[in-house]
Amino acid sequence: MSESEGRTYVPLPAHESALHTPKGELLQRLFEMVRIRVFEEQVLADYRARRIPGFTHMYLGQEACAVGVISCLQPSDYITSTHRGHGHCIARGLDMRAMMAELYGRSTGTCKGRGGSMHIADFRLGMLGANGIVAGGLGLAVGAALSARQRKSGAVAVSFFGDGGMNKGSCHEAMNFAGVARLPVIFVCENNRYAQYTAADRLSAGPSLAGRAGAYGFPGTTVDGNDVLAVGEAAGSAIERARHDEGPSLLVLDTYRHEGHSVGDAEAYRTREEVETYKSSDPIGRFIDWLVSARIATESDIEILWLEAQGEVADAVHFAEASPFPEPSDALDFVFASMERGGDVA
Amino acid sequence: MSFGQATKDAMASSMRADPTVLVIGEDIRWGGSFGQFRGLYEEFGDRVIDAPISESLIVSMSVGAALTGMRPVASMSFVEFAMGAMDEIVNQAAKIHYMFGGQASIPMVLRCADGTISSAAAQHSESLEALFCHVPGLKVVAPSNAKDAKGLLIASIKDPNPVIFLENKRIQTGRMEVPEDHYVIPLGKAAVVRQGHDISVIAYSVMVSAALNVAERLDTERGISVEVIDLRTLVPLDMETVRASVAKTKRGVVAHEAWRFAGLGAEISSQLSESLFAVLEAPIARVGAKSSHIPFSPPLEAAVVPTHDDLYEAVSATVVFGR
Repeated sequence: MSESEGRTYVPLPAHESALHTPKGELLQRLFEMVRIRVFEEQVLADYRARRIPGFTHMYLGQEACAVGVISCLQPSDYITSTHRGHGHCIARGLDMRAMMAELYGRSTGTCKGRGGSMHIADFRLGMLGANGIVAGGLGLAVGAALSARQRKSGAVAVSFFGDGGMNKGSCHEAMNFAGVARLPVIFVCENNRYAQYTAADRLSAGPSLAGRAGAYGFPGTTVDGNDVLAVGEAAGSAIERARHDEGPSLLVLDTYRHEGHSVGDAEAYRTREEVETYKSSDPIGRFIDWLVSARIATESDIEILWLEAQGEVADAVHFAEASPFPEPSDALDFVFASMERGGDVA
Repeated sequence: MSFGQATKDAMASSMRADPTVLVIGEDIRWGGSFGQFRGLYEEFGDRVIDAPISESLIVSMSVGAALTGMRPVASMSFVEFAMGAMDEIVNQAAKIHYMFGGQASIPMVLRCADGTISSAAAQHSESLEALFCHVPGLKVVAPSNAKDAKGLLIASIKDPNPVIFLENKRIQTGRMEVPEDHYVIPLGKAAVVRQGHDISVIAYSVMVSAALNVAERLDTERGISVEVIDLRTLVPLDMETVRASVAKTKRGVVAHEAWRFAGLGAEISSQLSESLFAVLEAPIARVGAKSSHIPFSPPLEAAVVPTHDDLYEAVSATVVFGR
């Protein structure tokens, strides 16, 4: 156990093989998690101050899931995300300015102000969208994997979803067909322990979520989702397997969301003590401890990353605030696409 | 040529012209429930994808494939089965282009058999186009015959939007001359299929042949000249052609097999009264199914679904209204 900002974190395992990973690569993973953390804390504050309209769902506490998996992907691969999607977007390299502008409802946003928090996408980066429908992304990822196979592009598709999504019929349909067709898709269930307000294990049958993969004939693994190195290792093998045409995998990443389901959730279903206990498994604190105790990074190396992320987020807010709202006369743009693929009709 | 053959030819020629066209559905390697996919697997192999009875997956997978460079043509078999995929149709296919700010288009076609035929009963007999027409972002096509179906299906496959392609089961039973070549009938264009000057009948799908039949009868029996419009596409709706016809005849009847209540007829009638109130000489009449599920027993089925006689009476009453 070690101390950081007054909190003692549960130590990561030794991860001896990761000690040979280049320092830059390890620090990059920490940096991506820190960028998500700083971005989300800013969004939370802006939302509470009513500078951001609509609903928003915080990714705080789950950063190792997005970063651990996405750091193993190639640029030509695809991801689908959820209503809690900011972390996946940042880890995938979406422009933070455009993301913040989208949250602010501005015309310079990733989706020109049409989507907001639950509908951020960047198709140039294979990021096929955050999705406000629980388990809405699994079938899209199966389709992207099918398309990659048809085009022989070698790409794989990763679908992020939650423990709540595991109980949707669309999840079963997607996993069954991915299993039958042995498609290059990786199903990543971030088990943050609550399906909205209800404890996940209360309404999920069977001994384990990961065990369900066995019924579809592909591997299912439960991983410590607050250990970015463990997530990376598991995701790396699942992605390699998919890329070598060996079929899909299910990863269940055990994690915990620090905030409520959405901002404003009174959180009557859990105690403050529970949240505090889980915060000792914070993925960023644990990874920093590991980096420092392995003498891979110093406190000052890490301080620089926080400062850099804070600067980037401040710049994103400035950009969003300075951006114009979309013109009301453009509200009907993009209802239909024009004959040119990707185009739009006014 | 049969309807099945004409639409299969439309897919085969689209697949030859464009390697990104895929076909996805249940039983399609066996030709599909209506033979509408017969022979495609033999010619196109892995581009013809047999799916499990998983309608939600068939649609979401098609959306995912469309977003990443393919043009899937998916089959729902009966339109009622598409209800199991309404989440994916309404929340994904229809919205993605809009909510992501026009970044990606979804060029996909969903083929659905609809309409009443020989006691198929409540879960295999409905006409649900109004549900799809209500949602922005979906195009809805409802051909009235095999020749149009071929050209409209080719246009639907080329279109960059999700298209719901409704194939009435009764129009699938006949045979007609269908050109062998690859031709396009543009979406959003209605056809005046019979010229007339006393009244306009605006119809689509199976009710077009009913309208032509009623028009012949009224002409022979009573010398009434009926103009018949085949809408072909319901979204986009070609109101320009409809308005031009009704502006000329000053009287109109809208006919569809779907329920009259909150059906397309209500929309068309309302738009006509908004734009042509001053010239109309009679209220726009509507012919459609009664607000009931489609029953099994033949006399009950006939009591719910609109008949040629229902249309005949509606046209007769509208043409003499106020005279």
